[in-house]
Amino acid sequence: MKKIQICILLFLCLLFPFHTLSYAGSIAQREILDNGITLLHSEKTVLPIVTVVVAIKAGSVAETPEKAGLANLTADLLNEGTKTRSSKEISDAIEFVGGSLNTSGGADYITVSLSVLKKDIELGFDLLSDVILNPAFSDDEIKRRKTSIKNSIIQQKEEPDVIVSKAFYEAVFGKHPYGRPVEGTEETLDRITREDISAFYKEHYLPNNTIITVVGDISKSELTSLLERYFMNWRKKVSKEMLLPPPVFEDKPKVIKIQKALTQANIMLGHLGIKRDNPDYYAVSVMNYILGGGGFASRLMDNIRDNKGLAYDVHSTFSANKYSGSFQAGLQTKNESANTAIEETLKEMERIRTEQVTDKELGDAKSYLTGSFPLRIDSNRKIAAFLTSVEFYGLGLDYVDNYRKFIEAVTKDDILRVARKYLNTKNYVLVVVGDLEKAVLKY
Amino acid sequence: MKISRILLILFLVLFHVNANALDIAEHTLKNGLKVLVLEDHKAPTATFQIWYRVGSRDENIGKTGLSHLLEHMMFKGTKKYGPKTFSQTVQRAGGTDNAFTSKEYTGYFELLASDRIGLPIELEADRMRNLVMTKDAVLSERDVVTEERRLRYDDDPQSLVYEQVMAMAFNNHPYRWPVIGWMSDLKTLDPDDLISHYRTYYAPNNAVIIVVGDVKKEDIVSKVGAAFGDIPASPEIKATKIEDEEQIGERRFYVKKEAELPFIVSAYKVPDIKHEDGFALDVLGSILSDGKSSRLYHRLVYEQQIALSAWAGYEGLYKDPFLFLTGATAASGKNIEDVEKAINNEIEKIKKEPPSGQEVQKSKNQIEASFIMGQDSIYMQARMIGTFEMIGGWRLWDQYLVGVRKVSPEDVRRVAEKYLVPDTRTTGILIPLKGDKK
Repeated sequence: MKKIQICILLFLCLLFPFHTLSYAGSIAQREILDNGITLLHSEKTVLPIVTVVVAIKAGSVAETPEKAGLANLTADLLNEGTKTRSSKEISDAIEFVGGSLNTSGGADYITVSLSVLKKDIELGFDLLSDVILNPAFSDDEIKRRKTSIKNSIIQQKEEPDVIVSKAFYEAVFGKHPYGRPVEGTEETLDRITREDISAFYKEHYLPNNTIITVVGDISKSELTSLLERYFMNWRKKVSKEMLLPPPVFEDKPKVIKIQKALTQANIMLGHLGIKRDNPDYYAVSVMNYILGGGGFASRLMDNIRDNKGLAYDVHSTFSANKYSGSFQAGLQTKNESANTAIEETLKEMERIRTEQVTDKELGDAKSYLTGSFPLRIDSNRKIAAFLTSVEFYGLGLDYVDNYRKFIEAVTKDDILRVARKYLNTKNYVLVVVGDLEKAVLKY
Repeated sequence: MKISRILLILFLVLFHVNANALDIAEHTLKNGLKVLVLEDHKAPTATFQIWYRVGSRDENIGKTGLSHLLEHMMFKGTKKYGPKTFSQTVQRAGGTDNAFTSKEYTGYFELLASDRIGLPIELEADRMRNLVMTKDAVLSERDVVTEERRLRYDDDPQSLVYEQVMAMAFNNHPYRWPVIGWMSDLKTLDPDDLISHYRTYYAPNNAVIIVVGDVKKEDIVSKVGAAFGDIPASPEIKATKIEDEEQIGERRFYVKKEAELPFIVSAYKVPDIKHEDGFALDVLGSILSDGKSSRLYHRLVYEQQIALSAWAGYEGLYKDPFLFLTGATAASGKNIEDVEKAINNEIEKIKKEPPSGQEVQKSKNQIEASFIMGQDSIYMQARMIGTFEMIGGWRLWDQYLVGVRKVSPEDVRRVAEKYLVPDTRTTGILIPLKGDKK
């Protein structure tokens, strides 16, 4: 592939999942069910398919550092056996009808996703509710999944991008849960017992901690009857609102160098960023598009790839999560050009902190961010992800109307202000993984 | 990208198949440019794609990577629009754009709100013939591609094994070299090579336009006619018949590199999807590898726990006979020899005893369901139409589904026995070296 705009697309999905809806009004219906489940429903009848995303506030922020990986392991085990079905019976059943039932860990929340043809929706809900409500957590499966996750952790040690980001997040977030890998480490996984898993499940897997998003060929009455049958025995329980102290900003640059026999230096540079509910989120979005989020429209790409030919992929991101966030610029370049690439990255960060962006840059950024909204919700899968985020971050369904207004309101002064406030060219974390003898880093 | 992920994408592509004959409109302009339109009105978006019938198979030794480098250069500007404007113009319209090069074709696409579909039509018509390639721009972009190669291959031990398997499985067919090109070739490609490649292959009679989305067929045909109609056809490109020599014994090799876990890939010679055995080979791949209920996952990963991942797949979406691949990453502390034996055991088992009717039915259900679910994405639909069009015509898509429905358990056993034979196998093994951690 010529370009790495896949990257931008992914990044925009993460960072700007909430574009204005030009045909807003009824993107979904929202309601709180009796047992506390938040339900989002969007009926789409063009294709005979149904997508369900169940998001539960049981991510790694809810675990202790000693048992890191507990939240991910718990989610991972859901479809590895229930009180009445073995792991193989679950995969046989869903795969026989060409559907999928997957779990995914995360820091803020975990998800269980179901995708089936309309004709198989009954089976789909049966399996979905079974894995969420009746997981067996058998010793055998726990052992098996632990071994598998540990193997993945070992394999990650040959993936430079993973080595870089793990070291980066650990340095930026310190003891905050965002500093730990969601999957834990080989050591912490060894400490996790079946009792830990059961207790974590009991404490966090509650209907009142859950968002269910349903998109596709299913009417309200069909959905209500399925939920009645498969989810209404799930009992509400008091759940504590989590309070996490913000991570502490380091007051001097921190440079981490990791030696690997690689042809490229893998570089990540950045620091703490903003939370998702920060009112500056929109100005930051526009600013970062110009700096390094906007692919070939961005300054980092123009300078480091287009003008200097130093990298294939260079971009910057503000990851804005519930409890905190980070800013990072990342690239890979042959070891010998590492110093130049780092220098140019810092130079671009400093330039946007000290000089106003041009009218054209501002106009282009706004035009993309607002104009690309229809692409963010043009499939059932994308609508489901969009609705889940909107609900989790408490943006409200009218967000589809508000986003354009928020972006349109951003001025050149706002960009300068947020660049000064949220970018730092003196105090940052720099991680370099590569052949250090060839890179001869000045940093 | 790990091989398993590449395969997953191939599977998604392969299994996205027409259940009820999609309503594709076909129109060919006087200059030979073919236009395929599929109306899909579920959202106000559309994708415009232009596919050129040129890929790494059209390159020569010493000039590998030329098609892919040209793909990069296509974003560098034309006489009319100047440098650095292409993607910016698309993004300003709220769109995204990108491109892909394969062994068979080079494709460019835009995704955007459907009322702006005129923009990519105009931009693509312009860059079909009016590209500006300066020496400086070529040299700089060559550097970018060498960085891309380092990223995707040189620093990714599993990709290197995959690349070497291709290089060894094919003897005299251009499939042997990687689409991105060998590093030593990349360093010598010059503007003249690119200009000649561009002039030869970037012509209306060597391209196909595919539009899927919230558009009207007549409107697209008329807009395309207005933008591309005046571009003259180029001299016809004669297809060269290339047939790889018959393999008469297993080929094996090792890659020794800093890595954590041993890894194996095996490739068997198989016919392409136009051959009647292609359908059964596809079902065979699915039974072995599709999902957690598949044989390889269940046996190697779940039961024996000797592998972190294990997979297989039929790659038949090529013009000429290609490969059936199997592979696995060993679990920590496990022997790659044992992993290889376990994969081969599963293959021998299916050669002796046909899969159950239930297993074959599961594969067919997966194929049919994936076809319907694939219609959730306009982009994927256009990719499917294009892929089939490039290897022999988009109507193969219909035939493919019909063919799959007819596959019997005995067909699956028969093709396993016929094609998965050690003498036409090429096997590459990654032997991890311990790193110099400082």
